[in-house]
Amino acid sequence: MFEDILKAIFGRLTLEDFVHEPIMAGAGLSMVAALVLAMIGLTFFKRWKWLWRNWLTSLDPKKIGVMYLIVSVIMLLRGLADAMLLRAQQVLNTNAELLNSDHFQQIFSAHGSIMIFFVGMGVIFGIFNLIVPQQIGSRDVAFPFLNSVSFWLFAAGMILINMPMVVGEFSTAGWLAYPPLSGLEYSPGVGVDYWIWALQISGIGSMLSGINFFVTIIKMRAPGMSLMKMPIFTWSVLMSVTLIMFAFPILTATLGMLALDRTLDMHFFTSMAGGNPMMYVNLIWAWGHPEVYILVLPAFGIFSEIVATFSKKRIFGYTSMVIALVAITILSFTVWLHHFFTMGGGADVNTFFGIMTMVIAIPTGVKVFNWIFTMYRGRVDFKTPMLWFMGFIATFTVGGLTGVMMSVPALDFQFHNSLFLVAHFHNMIVGGVLFGAFAAFSYWFPKFTGFTLNETLGKFAFWFWIVGFFVAFLPLYILGFMGAVRRLDHYDPSLGWQGLFIVAGIGVAIICVGVFFQLFQIAYSIWKRKENMVSNDPWDARTLEWATTSPPPEYNFAVIPTVTTRDAYWEMKQSNTKQEIPEYKDIWLPKNSGAGIIIGLFAMTFGASVVWHMWWLAAISFVAVVITIIIKLTDDEPDYKLSAAKVAKHELQAKLKLQEKTV
Amino acid sequence: MTRAEEEVATQEKKTLGFWIYLMTDCVLFAALFATFAVLRNGTAGGPGGAELFDMPFVLVETIILLTSSFTIGLALLASVRGLKKQTLGWLFVTFGLGVTFLGMELYEFMVLIGEGHGPQQSAFLSSYFTLVATHGIHIAIGLLWMAVVMVRLWRRNFKKTDINRLALLGLFWHFLDIIWIFIFSFVYLIGGMA
Amino acid sequence: MSPKLDHHHSPVKYISYIVGYVVSIATTLLAYFFVVNKVWPKEALIFVVMGIAVVQLLVQLVFFLHLGRGNRWKVATFAFALLVVLIVVVGSLWIMHHLDYNMMNMSPDQMTQYMNENEGI
Repeated sequence: MFEDILKAIFGRLTLEDFVHEPIMAGAGLSMVAALVLAMIGLTFFKRWKWLWRNWLTSLDPKKIGVMYLIVSVIMLLRGLADAMLLRAQQVLNTNAELLNSDHFQQIFSAHGSIMIFFVGMGVIFGIFNLIVPQQIGSRDVAFPFLNSVSFWLFAAGMILINMPMVVGEFSTAGWLAYPPLSGLEYSPGVGVDYWIWALQISGIGSMLSGINFFVTIIKMRAPGMSLMKMPIFTWSVLMSVTLIMFAFPILTATLGMLALDRTLDMHFFTSMAGGNPMMYVNLIWAWGHPEVYILVLPAFGIFSEIVATFSKKRIFGYTSMVIALVAITILSFTVWLHHFFTMGGGADVNTFFGIMTMVIAIPTGVKVFNWIFTMYRGRVDFKTPMLWFMGFIATFTVGGLTGVMMSVPALDFQFHNSLFLVAHFHNMIVGGVLFGAFAAFSYWFPKFTGFTLNETLGKFAFWFWIVGFFVAFLPLYILGFMGAVRRLDHYDPSLGWQGLFIVAGIGVAIICVGVFFQLFQIAYSIWKRKENMVSNDPWDARTLEWATTSPPPEYNFAVIPTVTTRDAYWEMKQSNTKQEIPEYKDIWLPKNSGAGIIIGLFAMTFGASVVWHMWWLAAISFVAVVITIIIKLTDDEPDYKLSAAKVAKHELQAKLKLQEKTV
Repeated sequence: MTRAEEEVATQEKKTLGFWIYLMTDCVLFAALFATFAVLRNGTAGGPGGAELFDMPFVLVETIILLTSSFTIGLALLASVRGLKKQTLGWLFVTFGLGVTFLGMELYEFMVLIGEGHGPQQSAFLSSYFTLVATHGIHIAIGLLWMAVVMVRLWRRNFKKTDINRLALLGLFWHFLDIIWIFIFSFVYLIGGMA
Repeated sequence: MSPKLDHHHSPVKYISYIVGYVVSIATTLLAYFFVVNKVWPKEALIFVVMGIAVVQLLVQLVFFLHLGRGNRWKVATFAFALLVVLIVVVGSLWIMHHLDYNMMNMSPDQMTQYMNENEGI
């Protein structure tokens, strides 16, 4: 009787689920400790109200962007820690068991899932929020409240994917959780459920954000900024969000069906009762391939801005850059089978997708040449952002070449699921997305803080990263070529591969030094900020976001600029028009709203309660989300007015501050 | 831009944004349709569409939903003309038809499950139930939205934002009927062929 | 007082919904009749039903959703959505059909049919 009550309340949760083996327990405890420490700090410094008002309920995309980045950085550190554990286990190999098999599998699954969904997606949404409105001469995104909801759904997913460290376990089925392994029969525990709901909830946030930024770019550009006058970064965002909008529903449907298989005992992807596990692989990659382009296109856009700025030249071949972006977007829906050439589709199917995969490499090649041509005859300034660009060219090109190798189905039979593949995609994602993020960080940091990062430390960070990366991953190409399969926690020493694993391990250590320099750079630069204050335009840049103050006011532009050419800000600087006193008008901005964080909170409890089969809590959470949405959507007064007088006062103060800085 | 111009721009953004959401929903349904098509023969030795579907029943369901798509159009026209009573009237009719549709669908499900042909029996049934129920859940959300709109409308008069919101509900409802065209054609008509 | 939000509000709109409704009912009944009375063999019938569905889709797009009138972004996003839908559905069917054959996930009859269609056996 008592047991029945417990089961009804707690579902399948028991006290044993809180017990973990040492490393996991240590990680979980430190995470909880960090959280508790943060809460104590907030209480001690009496900052709860400040946090709530200025950050958690803010609908300012610049604030939301910073929150995305904070979550992403924390997740990057976790993902790197996971990577170090994996590498360490492979270095130790059969000599010691740092991680038992089950643990190893949970860690590589977590590593991949976190890096793609919570670092990759988080970083790009963070950058979109921070940069896009300013770059198009706008004050905000199209749907400010939806923006907040998207972030909090992302945060909810992040909590769910970290919960296994404290209670329960994580999935052992890799970052994509193929059935039958991820089905009910072979993974009856909570791991895969955590994975499903973390991704499902944050995925909905991603999709809503995609729609948000699409409408923002289409509808909120400054007067005169036609599509072909937009900065290339904005184009890359437009294409990335197009992919998000049309690919993520496939993920939602597929994860939903896997959840139904697991929770309601259905038979979409089971081996029995007519199910077809291969359909999961097919659908998940129909989403999965566009996903990698979702991540990398904004990186391309970031580099386009950086190369133009630091070469003091406009981007070479603007039109072909745009056409390339559009082509990649459309083509990315036609290549997905190359992720499972070896699954038995046969010659016809493999041939079609192999050729399409080769074709999609072409527009990317066009972009690489255009970047290089931009540098040609420019006055190139190799500041840290430009170094990251050079690193990207080296790394991403190698990755691209190995990708074209694997696009040949016959060759892929050798490389599929080997360490060669692992090296390839790390080349693309680290070289492309991560280096792009680091470049964006060092480039746009002064815009949002008003001071620069320390150049020397930035250079050290870069060199350790790039050397470390090649030392860590080139051995993997060799190993994969020789037949080393991925996702194994040990390899028989008689193969003679151990030397290469050790080299790879050293590479990871070098990367760690790079990460240390990055963290040190941030801390040091904050400490020395008073000596490194800059104006609104420290790099003599070309696009509109540099026209706002550093940091920009909530409303970005006191007066929305009128645009006549590409590189609008550069043009404004060249034409040197006499700045008359502008006529300020009232500005309407969105009020803060707690509904976003509330929806995120209940989405998180919904996910957690479905994982643990606490149906009563799932129902309550679901209803709470619906009610919150209804209440928010029936609110007719979402904005507040910033009077013209207040705007004028703010602008005057900013001007005075600028004069102080430049004196 | 003046405040009034801004408000018009906001409505335009909302309309485009909602339209795009509907387009993404098309892709969601496409994935479910694709799965249904691929798993259509996965009956695990059990019954398929030909044995299970009650065609006249489904035809009536379809006509009812189609009619509701028509009546919500009439409600929209009335709202633009500022005719409060007519708008509420047609919304009420649409709501009634929608509830009937949903009720019929739930009845269909209960009969099947009662006979042991629930979504747990086979892949075919899993994909049938999921595809149709996903549509049904969308209908339920639409009905909830409709109820909220009707209550607000009943208590006060039109504002521009209300008319736009109603137009979005209309878009949603029409979209759901379009999805149903394909469920009717591919799941019931084609899927029900021997 | 009637708030004028829609510029095109004229009696023509009523006609739009009436025509849309009548044609949709007609096509629904037509498709139903063809299938229930097995007017054609299965393969042909499938195409007929698909064709009728597409017709009804277009009718409802034009007469209920007024697609094409005004906003070109609605048309553009619809076109892309349509492209993705076709790629996902047709692509999945093609891929899974081949996979099922190669991975022996078919009944003997289906295998024979596949071999006839694809390998000239």
